[in-house]
Amino acid sequence: LGELDILEERRQSGDLSHALRTFSPQPYKEKPPCSASDLSKRTLESQYLQYVFKEIATESSLSMEEVKEDARLLLEEMSQNLQLGFIRLMGYTLSKVFKRLYTNIYVNMEGLNMLQQAIQESPVILMPTHRSYIDFLIISYVLFTYDIPVPVIAAGLPLAGMKLVGEILRRSGAFFIRRSIGSDKLYWAVLSEYVKTIVRTGFAPLEFFVEGLRSRTLKSVPPKLGMMHMVLEPYFKGEVFDITLVPISISYDRVLEESLLAHELLGIPKPKETTKGLFKATKVLQEDYGCMHVNFGQPLSVRELCQGKINRSQYNLTPRQVKTSYLKHLVTLTVFRIQEEGSYISPWSLMACVLLQCPTSTLTERGMVWSELKDRTLWLKKLALRFGAHLRWPEQVSDQNVLLSMVALHHSIVAHKGDRVCLVREEVPIRKHRLSAEEEVNRTAVAMLMLASYRNQSLHIFLRPAMLATVIQVTKSTQRDELFTFFCFLKEILSNEFIFVPGKSTQDFEEACFLMKDCGAILFSPEEVTVTEAGQEVVSFLCAFIQPFIRSYQVMNTYVILVCYYTTNKNNISEKEFHLAVRSFVVKLILSGELQTYEALSSDIQKNVLSALRTLGSLLELEKIFTHSLLLTS
Amino acid sequence: MAANSSSDRQRAAQQRLQIIAGHLQRPTNYQPDITAAECKAQEGNPNVSNEERTVPRRRQDIMKWNGWGYSDSRFLFNKKGQAEFTGKRYRLSGMIIPGLKDWMEGTFGASLQHKAPATPILNSTAVQPATINEAFVEEVKATTIPFSVEAEDRVFRAHGHCLHEIFALREGKIGRVPDMVVWPSCHSDVVKIVELASKHNVCLIPYGGGTSVSSALECPPEETRSIVSLDTSQMNRILWIDEKNLTAHVEAGIVGQDLERLLNESGYCTGHEPDSMEFSSLGGWVATRASGMKKNIYGNIEDLVVHVKMVTPRGVIEKSCQGPRMSTGPDVHHFIMGSEGTLGVVTEVTLKIRPMPEYQKYGSVVFPNFEQGVACLREVAKQRCAPASIRLMDNEQFKFGHALKPQVSSIFTSFLDGLKKFYITKFKGFDPNRLCVATLLFEGDHEKVLQHEKQVYDIAAKFGGLAAGEDNGQRGYMLTFVIAYLRDLGMEYYVIGESFETSVPWDRVLDICRNVKARIIRECKDKGVQFPPLSTCRVTQTYDAGACVYFYFAFNYRGLSDPIHVSEQVEHAAREEILANGGSLSHHHGVGKLRKEWMRETVSDVGLGMLKSVKDYVDPNNIFGNRNLL
Repeated sequence: LGELDILEERRQSGDLSHALRTFSPQPYKEKPPCSASDLSKRTLESQYLQYVFKEIATESSLSMEEVKEDARLLLEEMSQNLQLGFIRLMGYTLSKVFKRLYTNIYVNMEGLNMLQQAIQESPVILMPTHRSYIDFLIISYVLFTYDIPVPVIAAGLPLAGMKLVGEILRRSGAFFIRRSIGSDKLYWAVLSEYVKTIVRTGFAPLEFFVEGLRSRTLKSVPPKLGMMHMVLEPYFKGEVFDITLVPISISYDRVLEESLLAHELLGIPKPKETTKGLFKATKVLQEDYGCMHVNFGQPLSVRELCQGKINRSQYNLTPRQVKTSYLKHLVTLTVFRIQEEGSYISPWSLMACVLLQCPTSTLTERGMVWSELKDRTLWLKKLALRFGAHLRWPEQVSDQNVLLSMVALHHSIVAHKGDRVCLVREEVPIRKHRLSAEEEVNRTAVAMLMLASYRNQSLHIFLRPAMLATVIQVTKSTQRDELFTFFCFLKEILSNEFIFVPGKSTQDFEEACFLMKDCGAILFSPEEVTVTEAGQEVVSFLCAFIQPFIRSYQVMNTYVILVCYYTTNKNNISEKEFHLAVRSFVVKLILSGELQTYEALSSDIQKNVLSALRTLGSLLELEKIFTHSLLLTS
Repeated sequence: MAANSSSDRQRAAQQRLQIIAGHLQRPTNYQPDITAAECKAQEGNPNVSNEERTVPRRRQDIMKWNGWGYSDSRFLFNKKGQAEFTGKRYRLSGMIIPGLKDWMEGTFGASLQHKAPATPILNSTAVQPATINEAFVEEVKATTIPFSVEAEDRVFRAHGHCLHEIFALREGKIGRVPDMVVWPSCHSDVVKIVELASKHNVCLIPYGGGTSVSSALECPPEETRSIVSLDTSQMNRILWIDEKNLTAHVEAGIVGQDLERLLNESGYCTGHEPDSMEFSSLGGWVATRASGMKKNIYGNIEDLVVHVKMVTPRGVIEKSCQGPRMSTGPDVHHFIMGSEGTLGVVTEVTLKIRPMPEYQKYGSVVFPNFEQGVACLREVAKQRCAPASIRLMDNEQFKFGHALKPQVSSIFTSFLDGLKKFYITKFKGFDPNRLCVATLLFEGDHEKVLQHEKQVYDIAAKFGGLAAGEDNGQRGYMLTFVIAYLRDLGMEYYVIGESFETSVPWDRVLDICRNVKARIIRECKDKGVQFPPLSTCRVTQTYDAGACVYFYFAFNYRGLSDPIHVSEQVEHAAREEILANGGSLSHHHGVGKLRKEWMRETVSDVGLGMLKSVKDYVDPNNIFGNRNLL
C-alpha cells in the first residue's frame, strides 16, 4: 500500500526540529509567486469586480468609492494571510496534539507523490471529507511535513471570531466565509472573485470541504455547490488550462466529537465556536482515538472529467463577467464517489452494522452475546471484502483481540459485560431521580445515533446491493425489468439521503446485481434475477441494513400525509415545528413498540425526507409514495 | 503645401513616363504557344504590361515537387555540421547559421546522425493513370488552350502545403491526382473551359499558387469523374492601371511578388503581403479571404477588392459598376470571397492601389513577458496607432528567431550583441525564459514614420518594453519567408511540424495562447511523442476588437509508427481548444477540407443552409467539385 505513519517519525525525533525544517516546495510552474496582499489587490482591481461595483453603485444610492470601500472591508474580513512562521508554529502544536490523540496517522505516499506532481502542473483543489474539526489542519500539517506547498483553506467565519485562534488560523492559510450570505450581491462577488483569483494565479492549493458542514452522520452529505462553482469557473472560461481536483478521504477509528454530533441530531444545538470552548474541550484530549487515515486520492483533471460533457464554446458569446451555470453537480458527485471508494473502514464500523441489527431492547438491557457479535462481524468482513471494501484490519492480532480493542476504544458507546456487549447510555444527572419515558428514549437515542454514524462509514459498500435486496424482497418478483423500475423509484426517494450520480441508474443497478452475484447470493440472466438458497442470509442482512432508513421514511411520510390530508387547517407549519412534531410522533411510536429504529429521531433524516417530498412535489406523488410505503411495510 | 503638391505632380509625371516606357518594351521570353487562342481581354487592352513571369507552366523547372519553394533554395547541414541556406534569392541565401544545429538538437532532441531522407525523384508509375473524358479532351484541343496529362504536371497540382501532403510526397506516396491540367490564358479561355466541363460533366478544380494549407487542393478520393485542374498561373497580366481612381485591373492568376513588382515599376503597390506572397495568387487570395501583413494600412483582401469577375457553371458573375460602396442587398462579392473554388473561377480583379511608400522602417521591442506584450498590443490597437505591421512572438519563438541569426561578420557586431543581451537580462532583469519580442514595420512619409515610431515606442515603454533595434525586427519578418523551407529541413531529421491560425477577441488572447500551447504539449505526450514538442505562438494582427494568433508546433517523431496521424490528431485537438476558448475556425487560411467538420457549429445550421443553397443554384452539377467548405 505504501502507507506511512507520520507520527512514528515524530515520536523518534524532536518536534521543534520538525517545525523548523527547511521548507522549499516546488510551486505551480506557470506563475511567479505573489504575496497575500498582491492577491487581495488583484482581486479588487479585477475587471469582474469593477463591473459589479458599477452595477451596485447604479442600483443603490452609493458612490463607486463607497462600494469599493465596502468591498475592501469584506475582503479584509475574508482574506487569508499565509505565513511560513505560523505554519511552523502550527506544525509544532499539532505534533504535540496528534501524538496525544492518535496512535497512528497513516498517509498514502503514492497519493502524496501524485499530488506533488499535480501541484506543479496546474492549480490544485484539495477536497477532503469533513467528519471532524481535526480535518481542518491535518492536510496542511501533512503537506508541510512532505515539502509540498501548504494550502489556503476555506473556513466558516465563526472560526475567525475566536480570539487569537482566528488570527493564527488566518496566518496558517485560512480564509473566512460567512455562513449565510443570502442575496448579498457584493459579498458573493468579492468572495467568488477572491476564490477565482486564487485558482487563476495558482497562488497555493485551495482546500475546501465540499460538504460545507461537518457531516453529523458520518456519511457523505450533499455537496455545497456555490464554492464548487467558483472554483471551476476559471476552467470553463478558459482562464486556466486545467484544474486538478484531489479528493482526500480522512477516516477515523473514533471521531473526536462523536457524542456532540449525536446530540445535535437530536436537536440539541452545537456550542458556539469560541476560544474558551476550545480550552474546555481539552478534556477530550485525554482520550485515545485510535488511528487516523489520510488517503490522498487520484488527482482528477477537470478537463478530463468534462470531456465531451460540456461545450465550452457556449461561453464565447458573452463577456467574461456574465454568470453561467455549469455541470458542477456532476463533477462534485463524481468526486464523492471516488472519495467514498478511497475511504477506509474500520472493524468497528462493521460491528456497528451488526449491533444495529440486534433489537434495541436487547442491547440496552441484557446485551448482545459476544460470540454472536464476533461471528456475525467476521461473516460481514468477508462480505465487505467481496464487495470491494478497503478494510483496515490489523493483521498480526487475532480477530478476537481486534474486536475487543474496538470495544475498548469505543467505551463511550458500548461496554463489555460478562459474555455480552451492551449499549452505554448517558449518565443520569444526579439531581434527577426519575426520567420521563421520553427522556429515556433520548438517552438511548444518543448511543444509537452514534452507532448509526459508525455504520454509515460503510454505507457506500452495502448501499446498492442493499437497495437491490430490498427491492427483491418487497416486489417478490424475479423479473429484471420490474426490479429495475422499483430500484429506480427507491433511488429517487432516497436521493437526498444518499449520493447518487444522476443519470447512472443503470450502472447502479448493474453494479448491485454484479456484487450480489459475485458473492453467490443471486443468479441473473438478461430477464430474470433469482435469489439462491445460500443467498438468503445475505439478502436478509442487506434488507435489515437499510431498514432503519426505509422505516424512518415511511413513518415520516405517514405523518406528513396525516397532517396534509386530515388536518386541513394545519397547512403551514415551520420547519422547526415540523421537527418537534415529528419527534414527539416518533417517540410515541417507539414507546408503543410500533417502531424499532431510533434513527427516525435524527434531524438529518427528517430534513432529507422533507427535501425528498419537496422535489417529488405534488400530493399525487405523495399518494404514490403512501401506497408504496404500505407495500414496503409488508 | 504648395511645395508639396508641386513635388507630387512631378512624381506622378515621372511615374507616367515609367509606365509608358514599360509598355514600349517587348517581353523578353514571349511564348506564343501559350496565347495561341487569342484573348479578348488582350485585344481590347493593348496597354498591357507583359513582363517576365515568375511561374512557368512547368512548375517543376524552378520549384520542388516535394517541398516548399524554389529548387535552388534550401537549408542543409554542410560538411562541418553547420546549417546553411543555399541559393541567391533571399537575404539569408549563402549564409551560415551557426545556432540552428544546437537549437534543433536542444529543442527536439534531433540528431544529425538520424536522417529521414525523401524519395529523390517522382516515380511516374506510382501515379494513377489518368481517367480521360475523351469528348471533353477533343473539344479542349479544338480551342487550342494548352493542356497536359503528364504525371508530373498532375502531381504538382494535387496538393497544397499541409504537412500530410508534403510528407506523403517525400515518402513517394501519391493518392488521387487530377487527370489533366489546363492552362487558360485569359477570362474567355476560362469561360470556354467551364462551358465544356459543364457539357461533359467533368470535375474542375481551380489552381492558383498551390500554397493552400487547408487540404483545399486535394482531389476528393470519391470523385469518379475526370478531374481537371484549372491552373490560372498563365493569366498573370495587369490589364490596366487607373491612376485617377487608384485602381488596377489584374488577371487573377498573378502571384503576389509579380503583382507588387509590376505595380512598383509604375510607382504603385497594393500593399497586400500575405506571408505566402512569393507564390500565392490574386485569385487564391480572393477565394480564401486572404489577409496581408500590412493590413493595418492597406486592409485585407475584402477591403482591397473593388470589382471581381468569376466564371461559374451558371455564367459570369460581376457587378455593373465600380462604386466604392453599395447598398444593393447582400454584397455578392461576399459569395465569391471565401468560396474556395466551390462556385467558380475568379478570372479578373480590380484592386485598390496606393503610391509606393516613401519610407520603410523596421523596429522591435523586447517585453519582460508575453502578458505585458499582449497588453501593449491591445493598447496600440485601442489608440488605433498600429504600424503597418506589429507582431508579438512568444518566448519560444524569440529563441527560435535567435537561432536563425546568421554568422556575424565583425567582432564589433558580436560584441554589440553581447552587450545588448547583458543589458536586457542582467541590467533590466528580464528573464531570458520569459521575455518576448514584438517586431514592427512602419511605412509612410519620412517624418510621419518617425512620429509614429515614437508614439508606439512610448506606449511600449508603459508596458515595460525596451526598443531592441531594427535588425531584430527585420529578422522577425524574414523568418516568415523561410519557415516553410525550415520545415523541409526538419523533415530530413525526423522533425515534423505544422502551423495554424485563428482570430480571437482581445480579452481571450492570453488564455487562448496559453491553453492551445498547453493542449499541444499534453496531446503530444498522450500520443506517445518521446520528446517535448515545440509549441509556440505569435500575435500577428491587431484589430479594434481582437487579434489574429498564429500557432506553430513541431516534434521529433522517432519511435512513432504513424507520425502524420499523431500530428493530425494534435492539430485537431488544438483546433477544438481554439474553438472552446472563443477563437475562430480560421482568420485567413480558410476551411478547405481540413476544417470542414466545424463549419456547421461555426456558421449555424441556417448559415450552412444558405451557403448550400447558393452552391445548389450556381453549380447544381457540382462541376467545381473540390468539396471544400460545405
